[in-house]
Parts: sequence; structure tokens; C-alpha cells
Amino acid sequence: MENKINFNHKMSAHCENGVTANLLRFYGIELSEPMIFGIGSGLFFFYMPLIKMNGIPVTSFRPLPGLIFKRVTSRLGIKVNVQQFRNQKKAMQDLDILIQQGIPVGMVVGVYDLTYFPPAYRFRFNAHNIIAVGKENTNYYISDPIMEKIELLNSEDLLKIRFAKGTYKPKGKMYYIKNVPKIFDINSAIIKGMKHTCRDMLTIPFPYAGLKGINTLAKHVKKWPEKLGERKAKLYLGQVVRMQEEIGTGGAGFRFLYAAFLQESSKIMNNSDLNEISEQMTEVGDLWREFGVAAGRIFKDRYPGEKPYDEVSDLLLNIRKKEENTFKNLNKIIKPL
Amino acid sequence: MKKEEVPQFDENLLNGIKEIQYAVDENGNYTEVKSPGWEPKNIALKQALNIVDEMIEDARQQVLNEEKSPVYFYMYLKQMDLTILKEETRFPKFIIKRHFKPAVFNKLSVSTLNKYTSVFGITKEQLLKVPEKPVKALEYNFGFKLNN
Repeated sequence: MENKINFNHKMSAHCENGVTANLLRFYGIELSEPMIFGIGSGLFFFYMPLIKMNGIPVTSFRPLPGLIFKRVTSRLGIKVNVQQFRNQKKAMQDLDILIQQGIPVGMVVGVYDLTYFPPAYRFRFNAHNIIAVGKENTNYYISDPIMEKIELLNSEDLLKIRFAKGTYKPKGKMYYIKNVPKIFDINSAIIKGMKHTCRDMLTIPFPYAGLKGINTLAKHVKKWPEKLGERKAKLYLGQVVRMQEEIGTGGAGFRFLYAAFLQESSKIMNNSDLNEISEQMTEVGDLWREFGVAAGRIFKDRYPGEKPYDEVSDLLLNIRKKEENTFKNLNKIIKPL
Repeated sequence: MKKEEVPQFDENLLNGIKEIQYAVDENGNYTEVKSPGWEPKNIALKQALNIVDEMIEDARQQVLNEEKSPVYFYMYLKQMDLTILKEETRFPKFIIKRHFKPAVFNKLSVSTLNKYTSVFGITKEQLLKVPEKPVKALEYNFGFKLNN
């Protein structure tokens, strides 16, 4: 069996954005990564000291995996099919049938056994997204937005990563586009995406989510060295920096990606106010990078000040203030729309 | 962040892969810039990799001290925990915990040992003892060496 779909693969910062953008392009909808990210309300903040992984509190700059694809397709009126499997054999058979029909298929996979992935990123992380775009004998052609080119993966390895074990098992999850509308209202999709993000960041009544989460993190950071000791405090801080910068946030915990979305939206909607918000969001991103630089100095024991953790805590409070103003301004602009 | 400010700190941590960053060009327009790394980000990732190596080394010492069996060590080496090991072997957790005991491990049947070797992807000779020297997970599992 040889079947290779003619697929235009493009890299992206983040896997779910990239998979969504690449799938939409196949069906003739050309949207940039920032547009996908913004319409899918991909920006978020979450700091949960009560849930730990490897003994370190969970921090996230994005919502749960799968939401971006779901929101983008529903906001553009695109019909999709998403399914999970109990039977591993059936999961592979159904995939093959779709590929034979020339349908590119998105899949959620674990990265520990993803053979072509950079080894340093091969943790037991089960929410990576890839697209199968063909099959030749026992090898699959894989479009992975983190990779430059289409990669090959044998069926045994693909089965393993589709049924990876551990937290958030993908259970063979696959998804594909069934139907694309002839016309869609991009402006309304953009506004829905922005409103959702403003709501997420400004109004969730929970001290660990959105801007309140940044506040809580700032308060906790200050206490880390005394409470945890120098070594563990560094690990806690390192985890925040990792989530902020690693595997495709596009820099500064998705803030630059969001600024790019605001800028592109301002052109599409012919609304110069949005461009101003984009500039404010860029400044927010720059502050996150500043926080990263300060953390880097702490890691290397080269922080110039007396109380480094107090100072990074102040940086975070400042970020929170600036981000709050930015989202409030954005909210004002889009509310009447 | 301006395009020319995007960090290009390359320690070959990502095996040649560059990640896309978003930054503004000279006209203030957002554009994609590829980056092989940034120092604070690289340190944070190396810290996380070090935690894994430290847990592996701690497990190795416990095996050498005859407090634990090699199953315990290989669980950490393969970045597993009890839940993953349970799902992979289909042995109940309390059984696996018993297999952590050297005395129980030494009497395990061939088929049980085979289960572990196949789940860990190692040979029987490897399973019966732990390496003599401390190991780095990336090097052992994926043949990848970090330059520090």
C-alpha cells in the first residue's frame, strides 16, 4: 500500500496551532498560526500549587490540550470528527481507511516514544499533536509542526505513542475535518476568540487561573527560598520558565503570539485600536522575558540584588498589572462589537 | 521583542531543531524568527533533566544497598512511575511493589522477568543488575549526550 496525500506542511511555534492551521490549509482555509491561536483562545495562565508533577507545582500558559482545535473549528462553522479508541487494532485500521480516502488525520500522541523528536524533549508528556498524511508499507508519513519536514514513523511506534501510558492518556485520539463551509465570518470568529480570552484572564473566580493566578504565583515565589530551600526554589522557578518558553510558546508564554494575532486582526477588521492593544501586549511579553532573564541569573547564582525572589515577585506583580490593563482595554474595544 | 533581539543561544540541546519565535521587524510587523535556544530556558530544561537523573541515581544506590531490586531502578530510568508500570505490565501495583524487594525479585519466574525486559526494552542480563556507574537517562535511553 502506498498512499501519500499531497500535503503542504508548515512549521509552527506550537503543535496544536500548527496542526489546526495545516489541516485548514488542506481544505483551502489559509489562516496564520497567530490567527488560529487567537480565534482558538489559546492564551491563558494557570498556576496550581496543589497539583504537582515530579514534586513541582503545575504552571501553564495555555488552556487544556484539544481546546484550540475545537474552538477554531466550531467558531468557523467547520464540521469535524473526533474519536478515541479502546481497541488498538481498530484505531490503526480506521486511520488507514481515512488515509486511503485521502483525508489527513490529526492525532494526539505521547512524546516519550516519538523517535524523531529531540531527545531532550522526550518526557512522559501525552498531549502532542501530529498529522498522518500518508502510508507506505508499514511506515506513516507524519506532518509534525515542530519538525522542518514530513517525518517517517513505523506503525509499531505510531501505535505505541497513540496509546501512550501515564497522565492524560491519548487513547488513540484522532480527529479530522469533515466539512468546510463555503463562506464564514472571520470577524465574528475573531471577536468570539477575544471575548473568551478576556473572560478567562479577567473573571474566573478562582485564585489560580488567569490574572489572579499570576498574582498567587507572585505571592508564593517570595516564600519559596525560605520554605523550600535554595535548590528546590530554583527547580520551582525553572518550571515556570520552562512552561513560559518551551515547546512552542513562540516566546514569553504565548504573549508575543497573541500580540501578533491582535496586529493581524487589526488589519483584517480595519480597527487601529487593536493594533494599539497589540503593542501593549508586546510590552507585556517583554516583561515576561525580563522575568526569564532574572530567573536565569538566579539559576546561575549571579543575581545582583539582595533578595532575588522578592524582586522576581515584584516583576510578576508588575506583569499582572500591565496584563490586566491590556485585557481591560481589549475588553472595552470588543464589548460593543 | 525585536527581531534582532531573539536569542540565538545554541547548545545543541534540541538536536539541531530550531523553534519558531514571534518578534517585530523594523516596520513594527510581527514575523517568525527561528531560535535554537535561550540561556534561561536552556538552564531550566537542563534542571528538569537533572531531576530525572538524580532520581535514577537515588534508585541505583538503593539497589546497590540491597534495599530495592533492579525493577525499581529501571522504572525510574525509563521515566515511569507505578501507574505507568502497572499499565504496561498489567501487574497490580502491590505485586510490582513486592517485585521491588530484592528477596522477591531473586525468585521471580522467567515469564515475569520477560515481561519486565520487554516493557523496559532491555536484555535479561541488564535487568538482573544495575549499571556500575551513574547513568544519564538521555544517553542511556536515546544515545543523546548533553554538552554541559
